[in-house]
Amino acid sequence: MSDGDAIVLARQLSKTFDSPAGEPLHAVDAISLTVHRGMLTALVGPDGAGKTTLLRMTAGLLKPDAGSLHVLGLDVASNPQTVQDRISYMPQRFGLYEDLGVQENLDLYADLHGVPHDVRRERFARLLDMTDLAPFTRRPAGKLSGGMKQKLGLACTLVRSPDLLLLDEPSVGVDPLSRRELWKILQQLVADEQLSVMVSTAYMDEAERCAQVFVMNQGKVLAQGKPAALAEQARGLTFVVTPAGDMPARDLQARLVDADELIVDAVPKGGAVRFIRQGKADGKRLDALLGGLTPTPRPEELEDAFMMLLRQHQDDGDAASPPHAGTSQGSVITREEKPVIVVRDLVRKFGDFTAVASTSFDVARGEIFGLLGPNGAGKTTTFRMLCGLLPASSGHLEVVGVDLRTARAQARARIGYVSQKFALYGNLTVRENLEFFGGAYGLRGQGLRQRVAAVIEQFHLSGEAVSGLLPGGYKQRLAMAAALLHQPEILFLDEPTSGIDPLARRAFWRTITALAQEGVTIIITTHFMEEAEYCDRIAIQDAGKMLALGTPLEVRNQAGAPHDGEKDMDMNSAFIAIVEQSRAHAARQSAQGAAS
Amino acid sequence: MTAREPASHASASERTASSYASGFYRRFLALLRKEVRQVLRDKSNLAVGLLLPVALILLFGYGLSFDVKHAPIAVVMEDQSPTAREAVDGLRGSDYLAPVFVSDMSEAQRMMRSGSVDGILRVPMDFSRRLNHGDARVQLILNGVDSSSASTIEGYVNGAIGIWAQQQVDRGGNKPLATGSVEVVQRMWFNEAAESRWYLVPGLIVLVLTLVGAFLTSLLIAREWERGTLESLFVTPVRPLEIVLSKIAPYLVIGAIDLLMCLLASHFLFHVPVRGSLVIIVMVSMLYLVVSLLLGLFISAVVRNQFQASQVALLASFMPALMLSGFVFDLRNTPVFIQIVSQVLPATHFMALIKTLFLAGNHWPTIMWSVGILTLYAVVLTVVTRAQLRKTLE
Repeated sequence: MSDGDAIVLARQLSKTFDSPAGEPLHAVDAISLTVHRGMLTALVGPDGAGKTTLLRMTAGLLKPDAGSLHVLGLDVASNPQTVQDRISYMPQRFGLYEDLGVQENLDLYADLHGVPHDVRRERFARLLDMTDLAPFTRRPAGKLSGGMKQKLGLACTLVRSPDLLLLDEPSVGVDPLSRRELWKILQQLVADEQLSVMVSTAYMDEAERCAQVFVMNQGKVLAQGKPAALAEQARGLTFVVTPAGDMPARDLQARLVDADELIVDAVPKGGAVRFIRQGKADGKRLDALLGGLTPTPRPEELEDAFMMLLRQHQDDGDAASPPHAGTSQGSVITREEKPVIVVRDLVRKFGDFTAVASTSFDVARGEIFGLLGPNGAGKTTTFRMLCGLLPASSGHLEVVGVDLRTARAQARARIGYVSQKFALYGNLTVRENLEFFGGAYGLRGQGLRQRVAAVIEQFHLSGEAVSGLLPGGYKQRLAMAAALLHQPEILFLDEPTSGIDPLARRAFWRTITALAQEGVTIIITTHFMEEAEYCDRIAIQDAGKMLALGTPLEVRNQAGAPHDGEKDMDMNSAFIAIVEQSRAHAARQSAQGAAS
Repeated sequence: MTAREPASHASASERTASSYASGFYRRFLALLRKEVRQVLRDKSNLAVGLLLPVALILLFGYGLSFDVKHAPIAVVMEDQSPTAREAVDGLRGSDYLAPVFVSDMSEAQRMMRSGSVDGILRVPMDFSRRLNHGDARVQLILNGVDSSSASTIEGYVNGAIGIWAQQQVDRGGNKPLATGSVEVVQRMWFNEAAESRWYLVPGLIVLVLTLVGAFLTSLLIAREWERGTLESLFVTPVRPLEIVLSKIAPYLVIGAIDLLMCLLASHFLFHVPVRGSLVIIVMVSMLYLVVSLLLGLFISAVVRNQFQASQVALLASFMPALMLSGFVFDLRNTPVFIQIVSQVLPATHFMALIKTLFLAGNHWPTIMWSVGILTLYAVVLTVVTRAQLRKTLE
């Protein structure tokens, strides 16, 4: 070991599991990497990249099948306990004892690590202060919000300063506000205590805050380096282009994404489309594709490099092409006067608790409408009322011209619903699942067979594959296909893109934009704020109240001017700003109320 | 271990370098505190631990009894002589039988079919005449659907007629009599009144300790797997043995309370005698409780899923304890295979021991043998459970 500064040293490290289908799955495939002391190191990659397996091996919880792994200078496989005495590890779902209070959880871990009582007092005060958990020390961990749980989990791993901190996707499923707080804590500790941290993440903005980044995919390290150095790969290839007239940015984006021999990646943002061109793309063909629009160069970012790496790796493999649903001739629908969804003064109470407070909005036919909000904001409740799964406490709710309070079954026949967990029967084949769902919607005989064949074709599915063994992206396609069998006018999607890798997410949105072009109305919830850019209009909810409603551009404007140092306000910052403004306003009002 | 690098900020590692023994107690106490809190806060588990045993005591104590009382018997007197009447008079005085005198056999058969009587006692026309020749016979027809009740009734009828025959012998001195010619003296040892409660209630202690032990602890480690808490716990200085011991301790207390309830109920409610030493009864019961808790933990650690673990625990411990331990059924009458299975169960050995201690007294060879087997189980289960909790996710 020549590298004296190395805290984790992996050489030709491999770990293989049996996949559910029976073949070997190379979760970590001959990886060699060096993690340095006293800094933040990120493992970035889509689901199934091998991040969790690598971290678990580092923590001594899994034994490598081949290669060597040294942590703190020790061979982990032979000295797991010695390593575990000195490190801290926060699994993806941190094991908080939900029936124990915040303080009791902290005490437990402090006792286990043998933190002396005098040290403990000071340490706890600091951790509670940083995590804003000080007012809740007696509250059972199970009654904390998702973000607070993550912060408590982090605090439990930091009851003493570990020689190495391992964090497995600490911010997954956490809303942007809590995510930002979590990283503030982490960065402060690294600065104050020269903490060595190895963190896995699916978020590029988080990786950008780290000193060293390893980009992983399918068990391999695709690239490594400082974020800025990695981003260089995309230098000169990154542009932004604004569509002409009132063409939605997502239609232009769809056109660019489809031309994958010229364009690596394209996403809508702030009414324009950011894209990465292929390095060897023919300039003339690119101009023709843009149709006279002039692209402006923009600075390259880590995300650009990441997408390029993933795309390259995918092309090297034999990845299936994403589904190209429908045509991309631009918007062909004519907006009708009458909205398909009308919501007036909608209220839902659970006992004393108001989950949704007096909410009103309309959704027009063919629109993509996004519901955004932190955990517990009321978006799932609103969503369930719209689908007719939950009756409203009061207010008016009309879907496809039918009053949901009186004729729920009638409305349901005209809507499709994709739940967060993709309700599929894992041991049935794709075709059997589709036939079942078609039957449930009242299709039968020739009509059913035709529709099943049509959606299998549309979503590039294989009818005989067993559903439970499909990769995440395919499961999601199958769920969509099942929801579209009866050709609904409105499609409801609840967090459809969580747990899916970025490439599959692009493909998913490509399908959604195509459906919208065919006139299907889409209602979607998501916690990926950048996905709001695909929507025609979005609504931001917090604590049951509607804080913002409008086009992504309008919502960004409502959030105000970008903060210092930020080039332009992205959806993430806009979201944080709006929620914070509203919370500050509420706090001011209650303070005034108390004063008078 | 040799090449520990000089770390500039190794204060944490210096702290953990305290002696192993003090670390063990500190971590064990921390885990114990956590387990106790969880036990006290999980009301449903606590209810299973403390209320279910009460339900079992009442259910098995009052609801399950093999004694027959006031069993209706149709008596057909074809022989109307005073001698014949006298012979069956004994049935009337019994608490166990309720004779119904009917005129002829066909009516008796009808009552038997309709289930209004459990048996027919037929005194034939020639009873008195044959009695003088010394070969008198009565016919007893029993409802064999419930064979255990039938044989009990048979015993009572034989007894009642036998007493009369004995009296006849005493009175006449020289006449040989049908039922009295061979004197059958029936007497039960240890359970003189043949009260089934006397042997059911000590067995109940086995059932309650099995249920509390295996069923409740089967949820414990599986729950930590499901909630992901074990993964976090693994990457701390905690040792597997500390987890095992801390999980057993609170349930030992619950089990001890249950044992106390069983003992109080057997004394005050069911008046079961205790002929052996109470101290030994408590000690072997606690030993069995430990075995049972460890069995539950082992299942929990292997299965890793609360629902399945509780099912397996029920099937692997409670059901066999109920069916195969000799709680109700005499194991000597079962096939060899079942006997082998039952000998493998710790419950069988504890069942034999506890019944002996309650009803027969301190029989040291039985005590030493059973305690030896149970201790062996405790040690083996501790070792395998600890091995199952090796800190790995594979």
